[in-house]
Amino acid sequence: MLSRVADSIYWMTRYIERAENIARFINVNLNLSLDMTSGMAGAWQPLVMTTGDHEVFEKRYGMDYSRENVIQFLALDREYGNSIISCVAAARENARSVREIIPSVMWEQINRSYLLLKDAAQNRLASREPHRFFKDITMLSHMFTGLLHTTMSRGEACHFALLGQLLERADKTSRILDVKYFMLLPKPEDVNSPYDVIQWGAVLKSTSGFETYRKQFHRIVPKQVCNFLIFDSNFPRAIRCCLTSAQCALHKITGTPRGTVSNQAEKSLGRLCADLDYSDIDDVISAGMHEYLDDLQTKINLVGLDIREAFFRIPDNLTEQVSVSVQ
Amino acid sequence: MKFSNYNPAEYYDELFHKDGSVRDGARKLIDKIESLPEDALLIKQQSAETSLLQLGNTFNVYGSEEGTEKILPFDIIPRIIEDREWQRIEKGLQQRIHALNLFLEDIYHDKKIIKDKVIPKDLIMSCTAYRKQMEGFTPPKGIWCHVTGTDLIRDASGEFYVLEDNLRCPSGVSYVLENRQVLKRTFPEVFVSSRVRAVDEYPHKLLATLEHLLPATASNPKIGVLTPGRYNSAYFEHSFLAQQMGIELVEGQDLVVSSDRLYMRTTKGLCPIDVLYRRIDDDFIDPNVFRPDSMLGIPGIMSAYFKGRVAMANAPGTGVADDKAVYAYVPKIISYYLGEDPILPNVPTYVCWDDKDRAHVLDNLDKFVVKAANESGGYGMMIGPHADQAEREEFARRIKASPRTYIAQPTISLSQVPTIVGDHFEGRHVDLRPYILYGEDIYVLPGGLTRVALRKGSLVVNSSQGGGTKDTWVLNGTD
Repeated sequence: MLSRVADSIYWMTRYIERAENIARFINVNLNLSLDMTSGMAGAWQPLVMTTGDHEVFEKRYGMDYSRENVIQFLALDREYGNSIISCVAAARENARSVREIIPSVMWEQINRSYLLLKDAAQNRLASREPHRFFKDITMLSHMFTGLLHTTMSRGEACHFALLGQLLERADKTSRILDVKYFMLLPKPEDVNSPYDVIQWGAVLKSTSGFETYRKQFHRIVPKQVCNFLIFDSNFPRAIRCCLTSAQCALHKITGTPRGTVSNQAEKSLGRLCADLDYSDIDDVISAGMHEYLDDLQTKINLVGLDIREAFFRIPDNLTEQVSVSVQ
Repeated sequence: MKFSNYNPAEYYDELFHKDGSVRDGARKLIDKIESLPEDALLIKQQSAETSLLQLGNTFNVYGSEEGTEKILPFDIIPRIIEDREWQRIEKGLQQRIHALNLFLEDIYHDKKIIKDKVIPKDLIMSCTAYRKQMEGFTPPKGIWCHVTGTDLIRDASGEFYVLEDNLRCPSGVSYVLENRQVLKRTFPEVFVSSRVRAVDEYPHKLLATLEHLLPATASNPKIGVLTPGRYNSAYFEHSFLAQQMGIELVEGQDLVVSSDRLYMRTTKGLCPIDVLYRRIDDDFIDPNVFRPDSMLGIPGIMSAYFKGRVAMANAPGTGVADDKAVYAYVPKIISYYLGEDPILPNVPTYVCWDDKDRAHVLDNLDKFVVKAANESGGYGMMIGPHADQAEREEFARRIKASPRTYIAQPTISLSQVPTIVGDHFEGRHVDLRPYILYGEDIYVLPGGLTRVALRKGSLVVNSSQGGGTKDTWVLNGTD
């Protein structure tokens, strides 16, 4: 498969996943703000803080972290590269450049999502009916993922699509946990208060993990929630589950059996998975939750860079090596 | 919506006779439309537009703001061509392409046609699309123009003329295929009863044409469509054709030449590729041979091409055969190489490069359409009867300053097809671009792109100048 095509497919799914997760972040906060007393309301700033793009926000909206401004910034601001609309536009441009590779229905789904967001940017649906709007966005992404699984042949293209999606999802689950960290930080006295339970419940809901968690652990205990979202090997949005599945996709691309490595990307992702296999929530707490998640995000980024080097940037002087593999 | 108030006026109408009665081939369609409840046709038109927008087959409008993507305007009333008319067009195009291909082979070798004084040497040598680099080269199987889109028009008497030959990278065939998909959903019953010939076989025929370029010994060959990239206005078509043929869509940056072999950069390293359907102009293919500032091409590809290590469709240098001044000589070219009379006539053409022709054109600028010989897309032209005095003077000045650049043709009243305008039908002028493939034999796609000038009275059908498209129905003969 062409390197450029693999690159575009990988980023197409990454961007769609990114857009979905922003919608999830916002949805958690919408739900939280309904359950909180007025004193707790207005906690929209942490959402922007976790993106790491608060400086961009402040340049455009000043210090006014109102619900309207934050939603506009994260969802519909075309000048902010990581807003939902910018992500979907980027996914669409990537999809456009691989239209001949992906099933037509996948392209049409992305195109429809984009047209819907473009309309939304004009008719202010996001601020008028935010619950419905962000639910719609999440559903569009679900449909896309459904099509990925039900219409795309399980070849190289599909594995690159999954790889991009799963790495992005692992990163975003770690950031959803980070949102909670920011929200707790200012008021340590709320720990184990009813608000605390509500907040952790919201975190679970934002990953669609609330029901699964309840079935397994019944009571909402912060440490247990973190354990679940980081280390669970069966829940599809838990970090460990995402990364193990990403590792499978990567090895299907190269054909190297798991346990052996053929390039730097397999090495760094393998190490990351092994880290998760051989550590537990107590290690996380002793390292500090934020520090642990921050380190994890850095490592996921490195895997991304290694993937780029291994597959997307092919130097001109590999001819001889190739003429062997072509025989 | 009814046709009761529709008036073909003084033009040749593709669906109605002069007296307002319906042409035989259009009868089933017109009956269907007249039987629809009020507004149903407008709803069909809207849903056709919506489905084109959702398919995302948009083109970017050059020089406009980001986000202005447009679908090519589409009108659901088709243009209909009956079997006996089509047979003549088909034979005429096969004859013309056969002759032009022989002309290309000759002009880059012995130039017999010049030595025999059929066409002036200076006219060829001053042609901007003439590629000296191609002299002495014969492409695989002697085929130069694998894909052609020839523009035809019809005058007030209903006679078909060739208006323009496009032998470089003619575009638009994807609209033919997509328009058909949409129209099948719009008038499903009429398709069956009217015996409309299918166009779906085009990608398959195109692939066969490209495979024909491979040496018989090639095993597991790779074929690709070469595109300038997704910012090109025809990108959708490049990607669509690659998808329909199941072959690679590649950009210059995906390719590299090493030891005169062309390779693609893949996730598993470099992989050889054997045939390119290139949708990049000659100038940009190879900076080592043509324009050195080209960022779209592949350095070294021409060297591999000349050694026969990679094949290309169309061959570089075909543009010399569709230069608008050379066009005037095509009837002579046909007689010269084939010893036959042209089946499809040319529009009478005055070549301003010729002293006598130029004098005649300058005296009658108000009657002529003046075109720049090397321009396309409706740019650099003047329609005399519609131009004002200042514009005519400007063109007179340009013609005198650069006679080789201009040709002139009488203004032809293009045929028309009823088109939905608001809540009723009005006649709008059309042309027709059939697509011709030269592989094992010369194949003409039954149908083609009908372009329609959507502005009232306008004769310019180019999409850059307010044109749209219609589906084109070629009907099967009766058994």
